[in-house]
Amino acid sequence: MLKLEAQNLAKHFGTRKVFDNINISLEAGQSLAVVGPNGSGKTTLLKVIIGLVYPSRGDVTFSKNGRKLEFEQYRKYLSLVAPYFSLYDSLTAGENLRFFAKVSGHVIKRTEQHELLQQVGLEGRGDDFVSSYSTGMKQRLKYAVAMLKRPKILLVDEPGTNLDESGKEMAANLLNRLRDDSIIIIATNDKKEYALAGEFCQLGG
Amino acid sequence: MPANSVNWAAKVLAVTGKDIISEFRTRFAVNAIVMFALVTLTVISFALGVLQPAAEIMAAMFWIILFFAAMSGLAQAFIKEEESGTALILKLSCDGIVIFFGKFLFNLLLLIVLAILIVPLFIVLLNTTAENWLLFIAGLVLGMIGLSGATTIIAAIVSKASIKGALFTVLSFPILMPLLAAVIEITKIAFIDGRFSDAAAPIQMLIAFDVVMITLSVMLFDFVWRH
Repeated sequence: MLKLEAQNLAKHFGTRKVFDNINISLEAGQSLAVVGPNGSGKTTLLKVIIGLVYPSRGDVTFSKNGRKLEFEQYRKYLSLVAPYFSLYDSLTAGENLRFFAKVSGHVIKRTEQHELLQQVGLEGRGDDFVSSYSTGMKQRLKYAVAMLKRPKILLVDEPGTNLDESGKEMAANLLNRLRDDSIIIIATNDKKEYALAGEFCQLGG
Repeated sequence: MPANSVNWAAKVLAVTGKDIISEFRTRFAVNAIVMFALVTLTVISFALGVLQPAAEIMAAMFWIILFFAAMSGLAQAFIKEEESGTALILKLSCDGIVIFFGKFLFNLLLLIVLAILIVPLFIVLLNTTAENWLLFIAGLVLGMIGLSGATTIIAAIVSKASIKGALFTVLSFPILMPLLAAVIEITKIAFIDGRFSDAAAPIQMLIAFDVVMITLSVMLFDFVWRH
């Protein structure tokens, strides 16, 4: 059983306190919505949780069956969907999927690639360069890349960013499909997206 | 070395392959290093005219061209990842060591392309030649391995800085000084038809530099890349 625990987390940038005294405990099958206004530290908290930013105080621990996992171990279970990273513009969507699958340790077949693109509403666009995609299509492709690992830990920053109504529905369906087996953390300030998670963590008052 | 070395090698080649495809389509680094090398070679050729400098000067000029041409392109391996916003997803997708060796191989390939272009032009335009080709190629290969190893880790360090290009050259120069001194000595001996035994000391020094640089990079890369 995979478990995430964050104890007494705090992050300061100089004298500015971003968040303080955050405690999180999640197991596979549980989900959390980190909510708060712009600038309240939602993205910073996600980056602290995945180990890309050091907390000013406190610890984040991932464990499996009681054994603590290091970054290189829990990274294999983890996927992120966020507006602040990009996929490779000079590659096609299919090439992006095959590249990320391979560096994650497996090879995907043409049929799997087709299914993934179909799930995110990009069927028939696998041979197009990502540079020709709209921002919404790029966001859909990020969901496809995230699903490559069948993630046990999924972090989604602003799930509906750049997505139209059908895109938001697609994102909700994917999250619901993972909900039973995975730890899901969503950072959002959209009240409609609160329903995608079972628990809440309010930042910024 | 990770236990599943076949899988590990496939991941490394995937990173290198992705960079090759990307470079083939955008020609960002290749254009920079090839144009720099061609312009510098032509300027030196015109400046020297019919003069035939000593082997020491020729060897130094050859490596100065190679060094600065490399500086103009090799940093792109990581700067492009940071500037295009792909670094974060790459960090979460594979081990740092896979990325290091993938980028190292890509930089080495770029240097090989550069050497294939520069060596014949250098010989034709500057009217010189290596008298001991085997020694010349040995020095070139060892030099390129060290150059690629050092520039890969330095590129990762400077990729988050605001003045990347200048910082890359400034940081690289002192680190690469021992390598440059050794390869210039080997190239000089190759130009005057010296034997391998004459170049034993710089060759040993170069091998030691390559081993230390790659070992240090492997040890430090994960920290540099993630934080």
